[in-house]
Amino acid sequence: MKPHTLSVLVENRPGVLSRVTGLFSRRGFNIESLAVGTCEEPDMSRITIVVIGDDAKIEQVMKQLHKLIDVIKVSDLTENERVERELALIKVNAEPGTSRAEIMQIASIFRAQIIDVGSKSVILQVIGDTQKIDALEKLLRQYGVKELVRTGRIGILRGTKMVKSEK
Amino acid sequence: MKTGAKILVESLQREGVEILFGYPGGVVLPIYDELYESPLKHILVRHEQAAAHAADGYARASGRVGVCLATSGPGACNLVTGIATAYMDSAPIVALTGQVPTSLLGNDAFQESDITGITMPITKHNYLVKSTADLSRVIQEAFYIAGTGRPGPVLVDIPKDVSTGLAKDIPLPEKVTLRGYNPTYKGHKRQIDKAVELIGHAERPLIYAGGGVISSNASAELIQLATSCGIPVTTTLMGIGCIPCDHPLNLGMLGMHGTEYANFAVTESDLLLAIGVRFDDRVTGKIDTFAPHAKIVHIDIDPAEIGKNKRVDIPIVGDVKAVLQDMLASLKKSTMYEPWLKKIRHWRQHHPLRIKDDGRLHPQQIVRALSDLVKGEAVIVSEVGQNQMWTAQYFCFHHPRSWITSGGLGTMGYGFPAAMGAHFARPDVPVFDIAGDGSIQMNIQEMSTVSANKIPVKVAILNNMYLGMVRQWQELFFDRRYSYTELPSVDFVKIANAYGIEGMRVESPDEVLPALKASLDCDGPFVMDFRIEREENVFPMVPTGAAINEMIGGHPRS
Repeated sequence: MKPHTLSVLVENRPGVLSRVTGLFSRRGFNIESLAVGTCEEPDMSRITIVVIGDDAKIEQVMKQLHKLIDVIKVSDLTENERVERELALIKVNAEPGTSRAEIMQIASIFRAQIIDVGSKSVILQVIGDTQKIDALEKLLRQYGVKELVRTGRIGILRGTKMVKSEK
Repeated sequence: MKTGAKILVESLQREGVEILFGYPGGVVLPIYDELYESPLKHILVRHEQAAAHAADGYARASGRVGVCLATSGPGACNLVTGIATAYMDSAPIVALTGQVPTSLLGNDAFQESDITGITMPITKHNYLVKSTADLSRVIQEAFYIAGTGRPGPVLVDIPKDVSTGLAKDIPLPEKVTLRGYNPTYKGHKRQIDKAVELIGHAERPLIYAGGGVISSNASAELIQLATSCGIPVTTTLMGIGCIPCDHPLNLGMLGMHGTEYANFAVTESDLLLAIGVRFDDRVTGKIDTFAPHAKIVHIDIDPAEIGKNKRVDIPIVGDVKAVLQDMLASLKKSTMYEPWLKKIRHWRQHHPLRIKDDGRLHPQQIVRALSDLVKGEAVIVSEVGQNQMWTAQYFCFHHPRSWITSGGLGTMGYGFPAAMGAHFARPDVPVFDIAGDGSIQMNIQEMSTVSANKIPVKVAILNNMYLGMVRQWQELFFDRRYSYTELPSVDFVKIANAYGIEGMRVESPDEVLPALKASLDCDGPFVMDFRIEREENVFPMVPTGAAINEMIGGHPRS
C-alpha cells in the first residue's frame, strides 16, 4: 500500500471532474490529493490524483477511469522518474517585535517566501513535496498558524517521456 | 433551419430506430408534437419505469439499441431503475429526457431534476445538450456509445429551449470517433496462443460462458469451441441460451442456484475458460474456493472486468466473437477429455434437477410444460426471485436472446414491461413473462398498455402468495420467521379482465397444459394465475459465503 500519483488527461467539458470524483467515491477509492487545471492542449484538462492502494486496487482505479468516455489517458507517474510539487500558503501569527525574525529565518531555510506582511501576521508561500510542506507547517505551529491552504499535488515525468493523448 | 425536436426525430430515424417507449409531459411537448406526424412508432406506457424496461427488453431480444423517452423531473427519475437495470446487464438503450429550459437550469424550477447527475453512476455515458446545434451529433454519439464495446445505457437530457430552438443541418461523419473511447475488439495474438496451448495441456477443462457471448452474437463460435474439443459448458444466468439446453456438453447454469454437476465441474476443473463473464458473487460463492484447481483464461471486452474479482492467468481483452474466431483458427480437434466427460455424466446422472409429481401444483412442472409446448421457439422473460430461478433451471432454451431477465440488478417488475419490448423485437414468436405474485404487482399498470396496444404478451404468474425468494431465505436462515413476506390473495384474472385482458386461474396440474394452450390460442395478451405450492423452494442452493460445491437441497454426494 503506497501512494500512487495518477495523471489523467480529460476532455475540458463541464461535469468531467464530477464523473471522476464520483467514480472514486462509489467504488470506494480514497482520494489523497486532487489537482485540476488546463494543460498544453486547449480542449483538454489534466487531473493529478494521489490515491493509496495495493497494486490490484490501483490497476482497478486506472481501468475504471479509462472507461469514462471523457477520459483520454490515464498514467501512473509513480512507476517513472518524475517531479512532484505542492504549494501552500500559510498565515502565521507574528506580533511586531517578537517572533518575526525567527519566522523569516525558518522561511529562508525552507526557501519559502513572505508574500504578505500585516500588523499581526505574515503569509508564507512554500513550494515543495508533501514532506517539506508538512515539516514547515510543524515548525510554524509554535508561533500559531492562523490559516493554511494547500493545493493538490501535481506531477510531471522527467526527460522526454510524456503523458499525452495518442493521435 | 429546423427545430431541435425535428432534428431529434430525424436523428432517431437516421439511427434506424423503429419504435420508442415513452410518456409525455410539460417539457417534452415539442418532441411529442413532432412525433405526432412521424413514422416512428411510439408506445405509451403507464409508468416511465416500464418505458426503460421495454426499451431494454427490445434491445436484448433484437441486439439493437432500445429507446425510451420521458419528461423532466419525475418522468426522468422514474426511468432510473430501468437505466440501472440495463447498466448492470450491459443492455444498449438510449434514454431521452426532457429538461427545463437552460435559463432555468439549477433554479429548482418546476419538474426540474439533475438527471445527468443522478444517472452518472448508472450510465455508460450521459449528455446534457446545451445547444440545438449539438443535438444531432450528440444523438449519433449516444447510439454509438450505447451499442458498441461493452453495451450499456446512454442518457440524453434535452432542455425545452433546445428542442424548440432552431439550428441548421450539420454534416455528420459516417463513423463516430471519440478520442476517449476506443474499445478493443481483436484479442492479443500471443495471449490467444497461450490459451490454445493451455487447452491442449488440460485434462479437465470447462467453459464458463456469460452474457458477453450473447451480446457479441458468438453462440455459434462458442458451440464450435465446445464441440471441436469436447469441452463441457456451464452458463451464467445471463449466458443461458448461448448453447442449446439439450446439447450434451451443456451442464446448465452454475452458481447459487446452478446445477450440482455444473458446480462440481467448476470445483474440479483444471482449466476454466471464462468467456464474457464477470465472476459475480452469485456465481462464485466464496471467491477463494471458486475453481481452486484451475488455470483461468478470461475473455472480455471490458478490461476492467479482468482481475476485478478473481486473479486470472491469461487475460484476453477483446470482443468474444472475434477472439473465439481467432482461437478456433489455431485449435486442433481432440477427444482427449473423455475421462472428464465420463465423470461429469456420472454426476449428471446422480444429481439431476428434480420435479415433484405428487398431484399438487409445483412451479417446476409449469415451467417444464411451457418448455415442452413451445420447444424453444418463444422469448421467455422473467421477473426476479423464485420465478426467475425456476425458469432458468427448468426451461429448455434453444436460442440466444430467447431468455431475458434482470440478472445484475435483480429488478422486480422488470419482466412484464421488458416482455412488451421483446414482442416488438420478435413479433414472430410468442413472448411469455414468467412472474411471481410479488413482481407482477410492481408494474401491473402495464396491463393497460398491452391491452390498449394489443401486445400479445402471455403472463404466467407463479402465485404462492408470498415474496417467495425472501420467504425461502427466512425459512432457511431466519428460523421461519416470515417477516412481511406474506401477500394476500389477489384475483389476477379479475384484474386482467378489468383491463380488457383474458385470463385463467389454474389450481391443479391437469389444468396447466390447457391454460398454456389457451394463452397461445389467444391473439392478444393473456394472464394465467397459477396457484402453486406455497412453500416450494428453489433448490439446489449455495448459501451465501459457502463454496459452490457445498450445496443444500441437492442429492447426497455419491
